[in-house]
Amino acid sequence: MSRVEFIHNHHAHCESGVVSSMMRHSGLELSEAMVFGLSGAMSFAYLPFLKLGGMPLVAYRSMPKSIIKGLSKNIGIKMSMQTFKDPASGEQMLDKLLDEGRVVGAQSSVFWLPYFPEQMRFHFNAHNLIIYAQERDEYLISDPVFEHSVRCEKSALTKARFVKGVMAPKGLLYYPLIVPTEIDYDKSLRKALKKTAKMMLKTPVPIAGIRGIRYLAKHIKKLQKKDKRYAKLFLGHIVRMQEEIGTGGAGFRYIYASFLQESSALMDGGDFLADASKQMSSVGDEYRQFALLIAKAIRSKKSENIDFDVIGDKLLEIADQESLVYKMILDNL
Amino acid sequence: MKSQDVPQDNISTYASHKKAIYATDDDGRYDIVASTGWSVEEEATKQALLELERQTQDALLRAIDGEVSALYYHMYSKRMDLQVLAESTGFFKWTIRRDFEPKRFQNIKKSRLAQYADALGLSSSELMKLPKDRSE
Repeated sequence: MSRVEFIHNHHAHCESGVVSSMMRHSGLELSEAMVFGLSGAMSFAYLPFLKLGGMPLVAYRSMPKSIIKGLSKNIGIKMSMQTFKDPASGEQMLDKLLDEGRVVGAQSSVFWLPYFPEQMRFHFNAHNLIIYAQERDEYLISDPVFEHSVRCEKSALTKARFVKGVMAPKGLLYYPLIVPTEIDYDKSLRKALKKTAKMMLKTPVPIAGIRGIRYLAKHIKKLQKKDKRYAKLFLGHIVRMQEEIGTGGAGFRYIYASFLQESSALMDGGDFLADASKQMSSVGDEYRQFALLIAKAIRSKKSENIDFDVIGDKLLEIADQESLVYKMILDNL
Repeated sequence: MKSQDVPQDNISTYASHKKAIYATDDDGRYDIVASTGWSVEEEATKQALLELERQTQDALLRAIDGEVSALYYHMYSKRMDLQVLAESTGFFKWTIRRDFEPKRFQNIKKSRLAQYADALGLSSSELMKLPKDRSE
């Protein structure tokens, strides 16, 4: 049984955290914020017709796996990604890769991972973690959203890897085959910054980007006429998607601000990115104010006192403010 | 957000864990700060947890009254709903709804019961029963 030296790091978000740790392990220093920014995964989407647990999908980032794929494409990583038909072969392959001394990324459900506390266990199937060793019937796991590395019974992880349903992981395992030794930051950053700004500003569908944020704001205003319990649950759901799901605060806006700051020194003529970072930080602060307004609304005993217009207007303001950051970036690229 | 403004509210929904939050230091440089949680997030998570609990308790009472089968209760006790159970088992929703009928569920095929049990992480015999203690 081989055991690789693997250093666990505490990250804000699972997928970008996994990729950051994996790259560092392969000899490429890349912060979580840099992984997130370079992948172009920063986004917004509101899909009222796609319900998860009775609530419409509200996402502050792009689809699961888009960080792995987006980053790989941008900086030239070659990643082995494999899914499996049945749990037995999926477990066998993981054990074999660990025996070879590899550090392996996996997609799993959150609900079936026993090391998650009860309060955090929801049916979310696109969680990411790293398995870096095995000992008898246990895996040694580096879960980026936990402060320290954890242990998990093999049978439990296998169950979590093979749940069915929305975003079913199908036992997905991934590890890098080729990692670049250096990155052409000027080129890669320009590409990623453009991709995100364009996506946010110029998306043709009204449910994504800045238009998606405005669409959600409009729906919040319409909650006045809806069932009061549903209205409160819906508002709480927005806050959970923004703050609870490993976003590093304010729906990834702070991570992105961190990325912009780091980029300013890496890109030729990137000084304007330092300003963009500050602006994005303020956008993040406003998202937190928006969450605070919602928390007060949920807490209030008298539902008829909730002013949905105020909450919706706050989000419209944020949409305007956020769009200015992307415009500024596009103008200076 | 500045590092010193990162909430450290020791929220119950973190169960003594810490989450990484991005914040700036005195020089305005971003770094990760371990946070014991923000009361606003706690409010939202608790609301979702209470709703799940409410559904579970409601399902238990209805199952005890013989209005619905034990399957209906166990679905909610595992934080699922009809949609998630349908996806987890691969069964059509309308066939699952039939299994919510107590009489029908009593005579369910063993293979079908085993598939439900697997999706819910229970044994087949556990799935047929209701908890004795209501606080479970």
